[in-house]
Amino acid sequence: MKKLGSFLSTVWLGISTHKLRSFLTMLGIVIGVAAVIILMAIGKGTTAQILESIESMGSDLITIRPGASFGFGGVRGTGGSTQTLTIEDAEAIAEEVTYVSAVAPSYSSNLQLVVGSENTNSSVTGTTPEYVEVSNLEIASGAFFTEYDYQRGAKVTVLGANIKETLFGDTDAIGQQMRMGGNIVRVVGVLELQETMMGPDDSIFIPLTAMQQMVAQTRTAQGERVISSISLTVSDEAQADYVVEEVTSLLRSRHRLGSLDEDDFNITSMQEIAETISETASTLTLLLGAIAAISLLVGGIGVMNIMLVSVLERTREIGIRKALGAREHDIWIQFLIEAAILTLSGGVIGVIIGWLVAYFVNSMGIMTTVVTADVVILAVSVSVGIGLFFGFYPAWNASRLNPIEALRSE
Amino acid sequence: MINLQDITKVYPMGKRELTVLKGITLNIEKGELVAIMGPSGSGKTTLLNLLGCLDKPTSGHYQLEGREVSRLSGGELAKVRGQKIGFIFQTFNLLSRLTAQANVELGMVYAGGIDRKRALEALAKVGLSERVKHRPVELSGGEQQRVAIARALVKNPTLFLADEPTGQLDSHSGEEIISILTSLHAEQGITVLLVTHDANIASHCQRIIHLKDGEITAGESS
Repeated sequence: MKKLGSFLSTVWLGISTHKLRSFLTMLGIVIGVAAVIILMAIGKGTTAQILESIESMGSDLITIRPGASFGFGGVRGTGGSTQTLTIEDAEAIAEEVTYVSAVAPSYSSNLQLVVGSENTNSSVTGTTPEYVEVSNLEIASGAFFTEYDYQRGAKVTVLGANIKETLFGDTDAIGQQMRMGGNIVRVVGVLELQETMMGPDDSIFIPLTAMQQMVAQTRTAQGERVISSISLTVSDEAQADYVVEEVTSLLRSRHRLGSLDEDDFNITSMQEIAETISETASTLTLLLGAIAAISLLVGGIGVMNIMLVSVLERTREIGIRKALGAREHDIWIQFLIEAAILTLSGGVIGVIIGWLVAYFVNSMGIMTTVVTADVVILAVSVSVGIGLFFGFYPAWNASRLNPIEALRSE
Repeated sequence: MINLQDITKVYPMGKRELTVLKGITLNIEKGELVAIMGPSGSGKTTLLNLLGCLDKPTSGHYQLEGREVSRLSGGELAKVRGQKIGFIFQTFNLLSRLTAQANVELGMVYAGGIDRKRALEALAKVGLSERVKHRPVELSGGEQQRVAIARALVKNPTLFLADEPTGQLDSHSGEEIISILTSLHAEQGITVLLVTHDANIASHCQRIIHLKDGEITAGESS
């Protein structure tokens, strides 16, 4: 204990008697570590935000659209321009595929909306009441249209939060009437504001049966009623792949596709999208971290530079210590620990600064940031590692000094 | 206590070799107070560095308290320096950023660890109780050399080696330093070797060894 105390006080003397230089040495590491923490926090925060908004739409959501999947090679039909999906397809999926908890066919069309003096043209979605469950919609006031409304083709509508704001302002929209493509419809529900990407804030929903009365109904050669997409949810997320397979083979047989024909529809599951996005995002986070790591490396070279100068400047001190009985490894350890303590303190200060910046960026709503323990631990241990690595050569230089010559230097 | 047998020291100087010590044989008993005198370039400092285990002889044998130290490794020599030898230099060699007390404590770092009380006792012994918190720049030359003596004293060495300890001091301070060294020698029986130009200072010693061109010319035996 006595020895350790002496030793630490020796190292402390080296640092505290050169305060400005120690501070400047630390500064490079402080900036490097803070940069790593901030950039990683931004990367992770962005990833988390994207995944959260996907989660809010339901990670068990599977969407089927008409047209072949987008890919490389050859010209394909643009999604939505072909008319291959039908209400009958949706009904078949609901009846025949297991693990499907809800199916909602929908048909979208641009319609003229008139409320008082407001006159806009907007996309309206005709769907079934199951859509609420499928898309995790939350009702702010009123209610979604019912199975009864759907059965009788009632002229009722549910508005997204933003579109309600545009059309009705702050007034209560429930029970109000509006013109939609020449028809009078009554507002029965308004959705909660979700503020997520691809969310329902700008959507307008009406019963699919009402939609069929408002716009000319397109039918396939077999006489089935064309829709623009089918959304469905699975009861067990682990079975999502199975459901996608079953739906594919069901639709292929219903559409009478030969074994060499390509699918005339494409299926995307949210789970798949979420995986792709989180992979992309973690690559991006890593890239940000790598850029920040370069500044940490530059800081490390700064440590080495200053330690080398420090050894030169303290040649006589090293000579005195050797005359007093310091062995080579005493000197070596002294300078090595000094470098490591400098970079460790730099790392800790960097973490605190990075954390504070990330916290303020987050709380001021500029960006979502997430500081995780693994990044903090990594940054601190890397900064100690840098001290040991870049302190190694200067410390070795110091330990090798000849005491007689060192004592003679001024 | 000190037993030198035919010690030589040769330094390579480019292609030629410079022989600084040419076969020194010397015995110093425990508790002696010895002065080493000689003109510049006679090998005094080299001899002192060898005795202080800062350097190794090219050939010959050096026994310190019966132990052969001429062939020890660097680490073992450092240990001998730390435990047995107290150096006093012409230029004091204090660390300018440390207080007198911290400088004295530095003498214990490599010899078992810092003991604050002993550092203060050593400073009291050289008459600097009032100045423990002063830095070297705030002290006179004589006071700085007294701090250096306290630093050497604090680890209870068996051998004091002083390289022209009064060389940078006025005659009054020089006398003070010599009287501290002689009283330490008298009271604690420490063996003291000092290199000096000053015959007046050498006259305080029991024995004077004269060195010329790397050879002892007088005072070989006691």
